[in-house]
Amino acid sequence: MIYEGKQKIWSDYQKEIPDDHYYYVRSCIRQTFFPASEGALLKITRGILGRDVFENEHHTTCGGIAYHTDTIPHETVMTIVARQFALMHKHGYENYVCSCITSFGIYIETLETWRNFPELEAKIAENLKKTCNLEFAKPKFVVHTSDLIYKLREEIASKAKYKLVNVKTGQPLKVVEHIGCHYSKMFPSKGVGGAEYPYVLAGMVEAWGGEIVDYPERRHCCGFGFRQYLIKANRGYSLSNTHKKFESMEPYEPDFIITNCPGCAYFMDRWQYVIAESQGKTYGENGRGIPVLTYEEVAGLVLGFNPWDLGLQTHQVYVEPLLDKLGIPYEPAKKFLGAKGQDLGCPALPTCLKV
Amino acid sequence: MAKNIIIIGGGPAGMEASARLDALGYTVFLVEKEKALGGHLARWDRLFPEGKPAGPVLDSLVGNLGNTKVLLESDVLSLNRLGDSFRISLSSGVSVIADAVLLTTGFDLFEASKKEEYGYGIYDHVVTNADVEEFFRTGGDPRIDNPQRIGLVHCVGSRDEKAGCRNCSKVCCATAVKQACELKAKFPAATVYCFYMDLRMFGRGYEDLYLKAQKEYGIRFIRGRVSEVSERIDKTLQIKAEDTLSSTPLRVTLDLLVLMAGMRPSREGTKVAKMIHLATGDDGFLSSLDGFGGMQATSIPGLFVAGAATGPKTLPDTIAEARAAASLIHEYLQKS
Amino acid sequence: MIDFGFYLTPSSTIDLDKVDRKAVDDLARADSGIRTCIACGSCTASCTAGVFADTSVRQAILSVLNGRNEKARELLSSCMLCGKCMMVCPRGINTRHLILSIQKYFDGQ
Repeated sequence: MIYEGKQKIWSDYQKEIPDDHYYYVRSCIRQTFFPASEGALLKITRGILGRDVFENEHHTTCGGIAYHTDTIPHETVMTIVARQFALMHKHGYENYVCSCITSFGIYIETLETWRNFPELEAKIAENLKKTCNLEFAKPKFVVHTSDLIYKLREEIASKAKYKLVNVKTGQPLKVVEHIGCHYSKMFPSKGVGGAEYPYVLAGMVEAWGGEIVDYPERRHCCGFGFRQYLIKANRGYSLSNTHKKFESMEPYEPDFIITNCPGCAYFMDRWQYVIAESQGKTYGENGRGIPVLTYEEVAGLVLGFNPWDLGLQTHQVYVEPLLDKLGIPYEPAKKFLGAKGQDLGCPALPTCLKV
Repeated sequence: MAKNIIIIGGGPAGMEASARLDALGYTVFLVEKEKALGGHLARWDRLFPEGKPAGPVLDSLVGNLGNTKVLLESDVLSLNRLGDSFRISLSSGVSVIADAVLLTTGFDLFEASKKEEYGYGIYDHVVTNADVEEFFRTGGDPRIDNPQRIGLVHCVGSRDEKAGCRNCSKVCCATAVKQACELKAKFPAATVYCFYMDLRMFGRGYEDLYLKAQKEYGIRFIRGRVSEVSERIDKTLQIKAEDTLSSTPLRVTLDLLVLMAGMRPSREGTKVAKMIHLATGDDGFLSSLDGFGGMQATSIPGLFVAGAATGPKTLPDTIAEARAAASLIHEYLQKS
Repeated sequence: MIDFGFYLTPSSTIDLDKVDRKAVDDLARADSGIRTCIACGSCTASCTAGVFADTSVRQAILSVLNGRNEKARELLSSCMLCGKCMMVCPRGINTRHLILSIQKYFDGQ
């Protein structure tokens, strides 16, 4: 692998990411899957780095899951999108940042559709007027929250308490970066580094001291695939895709996986349990699986957040071996305590996947 | 007084036309931007279909130049018409007034790194057709390290609208089959695969080459375009394609992948055409007057074209066009 | 082990790494037709048996090259050795000899 070759591609796909003043929209599923990630994003951008990231309670889903499962038509999705953009405009923002890759794909796809079919844009503007009585507007910039953290990666590095380095060996941690399909596969120019060698997460990992693992199936879908998972009869396909990725990355012995998509983080984490319990096959050291983290969780760890405040106890694959490598202290007894300190109880433990 | 002719591009077309026009008694200025004549031919080892060495062909083209004034390392700064004649200024400081101009600006090889999914310039063992010729010519390339499993991908930067190249590059099929045989001969224990979409073995002796590749060299031809290449931990390459003949996805591990980079309009030709207001086609190649009787003429009196400047050509095609152009220029100058 | 009610799906991909290269080489020595086929489909189109049973010399050759030897045998199992495919093959392959060679080779294994 010739690193300079990758750098050349990265330089071909630069994306303008504004430094400040964002209208922020959340992901539907991330708040339940990885509940502290979005909170960590706001703590880091607003609290630590002093950026203006505005959120308001009137924004909704982007409609992406319904769209990708064929339950609502494209026009409906575009009207939902127009409403989100109108809310941004109403509050005086022109930079739009979303927390979900599916949403990011929907926003970019919608804007591209409007660009190519102005008559459709006019129709959606009319729909918006009729249904919500809101003024149609388009953002100047649409970025994903991982773009924003990428933009701020050096500032985060300058405030870092920990590096992505194995404290026992002094070696950089080996990190698999997994990009959600809808980040740049549809529109490579809209993603940092393009679609073939996306740099958005690689840039963070490099800035924070880790080393990227390029394994053969790095472009492969995590397996979620909406319908593949949502319909049980198809779920084997979902599992098989995840299995394919893990088989491909296994020889590289990655220390953890970082991903920027809600679905990917969830499925690459949970399917390791299903593969272990149904096939007896485990990945990672000592059968303990390969931890899968969101980029905010990684940023939070680097900045010295308490792992349990970052929600790492909600992961299927236990993160303790990773924390030990990073030299990050944690209190095992407090892992399953609620916000008020009450004992929530330890979930049932798997058989094959070691904890 | 002998009339002046400027020929821009010192590849096979430019050299052949120079030789012919010089023999007819004209004063020929052959302009070449590189340090030496020969164009792509100078970088090639052997030629299809028989595998004839390129060196003697080049030597013979150079040897026939006669009194041609060869202007090397000369970029064209300007080219414009002055009444019935043309004026050219070169980066070397030389300016020439000529009665006719022939553009033999040839082609550029497609930049294989643009097909990001093939990993040229990123993976350790991905090379191009030109690299293979260089390997055979000079004998060394660390990327070609006793490979036992070799794949050749046809149509890299050809028949690919996404890469901005709709055209077939005409010579890559025959080149791929030639190189497949050469690599098999060099590494006798290797398994060699050609990934093709259509095999365009149109010329004399080409089909024989194909049959020989199958029968004597045991080359496996797979009808399907390579869609994805990845590097494994041991630096071998994981290839994905569809075997379209069985409608089934296929994968294979290789030690060497050769990309058959296609022919693109040359940057130099495009630049010069703009200076003299010569139109280019939708494909970017220079426009000749028409594709039949007017192949070497252009819309501009006194301006002529030959070789791959007007689209992908084989070497014999190129030489034939250069001769045709020389004959046409002679006719034009006799009348004027 | 837990049965979740859904399973890993077996891959249909042809894996050329697993092709029995010796079989291909042995067969090519017995009959070069295994290598010189250009997949035109004339044999399949004219096949007497092909309209009734899944029979195709072209596909049988391809199956051997792709390491699906069992499938190659199946594709030739209904052949009546009539020789029509030999008449139409543009590469002049002695298809009867090739068919018998393939069957004989794998029968012997």
